[in-house]
Amino acid sequence: MNGPKTTEALLYLDGVSVSFDGFKALNQLALLIAPGEMRAIVGPNGAGKTTMMDVITGKTRPDTGDVLFDGGQHDLTRLDEATIAELGIGRKFQKPTVFESHTVEDNLRLALKAPRSVFPTLTARRTAEEKARLDELFATVKLGSQRNTQAGGLSHGQKQWLEIGMLLAQDPALLLVDEPVAGMTDAETFETAELLKRINRTHSVVVVEHDMAFVRELGVKVTVLHEGSVLAEGTIDQVSADQRVVEVYLGR
Amino acid sequence: MIVQRLAGRLGISEIAFIAAVAGLAVLVPLANLTMPEGSLLHVSNATVVLFGKWMCYALLALSLDLVWGYCGILSLGHGAFFALGGYAMGMYLMRTIGTRGVYGNAILPDFMVFLNWKELPYTWYFFDWFGYSALMAMLVPGALAFVLGWFAFRSRVTGVYLSIITQAVTYALQLAFFRNDMGFGGNNGLTDFKDILGFQVQAQTTRATLFALSALALLGGFAAAKAIVSSKLGLVLIAIRDAETRTRFIGYRVEHYKLFVFVVSAVMAGIAGALYVPQVGIINPSEFSPANSIEAVIWVAVGGRGTLIGAALGAVLVNAAKTWLTAAIPTVWLFALGALFILVTLFLPRGIVGTFGSKLFGHRWSK
Repeated sequence: MNGPKTTEALLYLDGVSVSFDGFKALNQLALLIAPGEMRAIVGPNGAGKTTMMDVITGKTRPDTGDVLFDGGQHDLTRLDEATIAELGIGRKFQKPTVFESHTVEDNLRLALKAPRSVFPTLTARRTAEEKARLDELFATVKLGSQRNTQAGGLSHGQKQWLEIGMLLAQDPALLLVDEPVAGMTDAETFETAELLKRINRTHSVVVVEHDMAFVRELGVKVTVLHEGSVLAEGTIDQVSADQRVVEVYLGR
Repeated sequence: MIVQRLAGRLGISEIAFIAAVAGLAVLVPLANLTMPEGSLLHVSNATVVLFGKWMCYALLALSLDLVWGYCGILSLGHGAFFALGGYAMGMYLMRTIGTRGVYGNAILPDFMVFLNWKELPYTWYFFDWFGYSALMAMLVPGALAFVLGWFAFRSRVTGVYLSIITQAVTYALQLAFFRNDMGFGGNNGLTDFKDILGFQVQAQTTRATLFALSALALLGGFAAAKAIVSSKLGLVLIAIRDAETRTRFIGYRVEHYKLFVFVVSAVMAGIAGALYVPQVGIINPSEFSPANSIEAVIWVAVGGRGTLIGAALGAVLVNAAKTWLTAAIPTVWLFALGALFILVTLFLPRGIVGTFGSKLFGHRWSK
């Protein structure tokens, strides 16, 4: 990077390309997320949504392009997953992944914002402050009655919520949420939209989702990805009216 | 404070384990030293040595369970750390022989005189001092684990690839220690020990003391391992075992955690080896044999990984069976061991304590 770029954006992607064995998963992708914004990302399978998440969280290194965080202060292409997580980017995976043999409470305890290095973790003790934070989280994700249940025993929807709770526990500046309502009932989908809106009051959020009804429910700016770059951007009504979007995605 | 924190977290089975090992540490030496031979309560000298060996094996199993059962690192080379600890102790025992050796050389051990060496290799310096040797018995295995783990975990080598690397390391060490010019006694290893800290190695009281020390070391190892796995760091280890990528995205530097627990485990294995050698009276390259490391894995699997006490129990049970079978029908032992591993994998995948512990003693698995 040639000196810090000046950008107001919380997350700044420009000219990002990634190819796997000649297949261009991302092609000159550009995306700006403003502080406090919630953005929905839609696109057909293979549009590059998950690869984009991988690039932002340090799992995949882009071949070219800039990925900057927090007003251009941090170049994410040079940092590893743990560092990026500590900078304040939390990620929820498409397939819910929680620590199955831990209790729900221990899952949240592990995610709670606290020093992450070996020796502070070895000597960490339960504090009243920690308990208060946990109580707050249990109230948000509504899993209070499952506090001491092994996470492996939760239903699919409950695991999704636990994972969102783990994201919140990290208190990240930016939450990346990959398909949060996959496999949920309509009622759960609605509640999840409400939850994300509540979270958005204090955090910036990027939601990747297939479910158009859910995206409409969120009522935020939508970015449509296609073949690794941005095809259209705007309100849900604007992008649904876009002829190219209809062709590649909505019309099928 | 630490004791208090620990005590609150012990299950009934763990308290029983501590009581049993502590009881053995006192009763076996007593029964050996004070009861007359022929009495029902007498424990023979051979039995004391045998039990002492089992205590060392149990500590080795415990150290393996810490990395495998809790962090998912299947080390197939843990015998190497055990053997290195054993060699460090063996070198001390060799240097204290002094002029009582066959060649009567005050500085050089017999095998060096035999090989026509004129001076002591620098690797043997200071090993005439017990404190230094004891330190090396922990430092050398710890350092090997640190270097190996540093490269392997940083490069994210996991699963079967890591197992193969650990296996290769112990095999390479075995071949290296076989060589005379390595300076560790080659094929024959180190033996003919005379005394330890001024006490005759073969004396009944020395052996009884070594047994008691081995039992105490097992308890110490258990306390350390239990403190680790019941801390928040223990939660992170299990998280790594079950969902490594997820742990990383939450912000934990997985490689540092693995390195920490791998080094702690190697040091424990080294201590076990150092206590083992004065009791059996010999250390040679066969201790590095890959088969030994694999046997240790079987002990842990049989007893129940991720339970700590299961690992120790497995080590004792399998070795008791080995002692009995190799005396009764020696040809059958290896087949029996193989069959045991297959049967346990098929029918008791969580091992004895993992399967029955929760029912019988209210032991909470992997907590």
